[in-house]
Amino acid sequence: MRVLSSELFEVRGPLDIVALRLAVRKRAISLGFGLVDQTKIVTASSELARNTLDYGGGGTVDMEVIEHERKCGLRLIFLDQGSGIPDIKLALTDGYSSREGLGLGLGGARRLSHEFEISSKLGEGTRVSILRWK
Amino acid sequence: MDRIPILKMGAYLLVTIQVDMHDRLALTLQDDLTMQIVKHRTRGVLIDISGLEMVDSFIGRMLGTIASMARLLDAETMVVGMQPAVAITLVELGLSLNGVRTALDVDKGMRALQAAVSEAGQDSNESFEL
Repeated sequence: MRVLSSELFEVRGPLDIVALRLAVRKRAISLGFGLVDQTKIVTASSELARNTLDYGGGGTVDMEVIEHERKCGLRLIFLDQGSGIPDIKLALTDGYSSREGLGLGLGGARRLSHEFEISSKLGEGTRVSILRWK
Repeated sequence: MDRIPILKMGAYLLVTIQVDMHDRLALTLQDDLTMQIVKHRTRGVLIDISGLEMVDSFIGRMLGTIASMARLLDAETMVVGMQPAVAITLVELGLSLNGVRTALDVDKGMRALQAAVSEAGQDSNESFEL
């Protein structure tokens, strides 16, 4: 797997979520993603960026263009230094939310992506990575 | 942009969302709309989301909350114009917007809204007679 390009975004407020959605949409279009694929990766990014902001206290997103065996994909890595997720399995359950949300963010983002990785350490933060192939 | 405009069209309120909403803008719309329903004694609200290229769980929840609040205030809500890619994504996300009435476009939505409002009117008359 080869990283062709990488762009870093800050997520510090609600407007940053909108800016990220726009950037992901633009990149997906430039890579030739179809409309449904664009919408899926943009929506997944929006969910995860909100988690970064609301639960991680803000963080960064690394947007990477990936090439693997002549396939091209878009990968987004969400990183925060928040309190971490005590029970990842529970956090991935639909309808579970530790706050007032709908509890669809993590599970939904996983369904909208081809590859999904999550790791979290209590007191240190959370890293979520999603990838969608063209 | 600080607010999504709410237009009064006869007995109904019309909201056309044409910008990618940040979370606070969505919450402001929710509050504004609730106030306007009471102020104008509106029986029906039409929300046109054909300009929205993405609906995530936050915006989806806002649409559901607006419909619930409107119902408590004796008004029907109709969400119209959802793009097919948005519908596909919403279902995969796990959000089916139960309880939110939808129509394909403003025309169909307005007709359905009028029907729903007159039906609701009859229902409340019936229960009043009981």
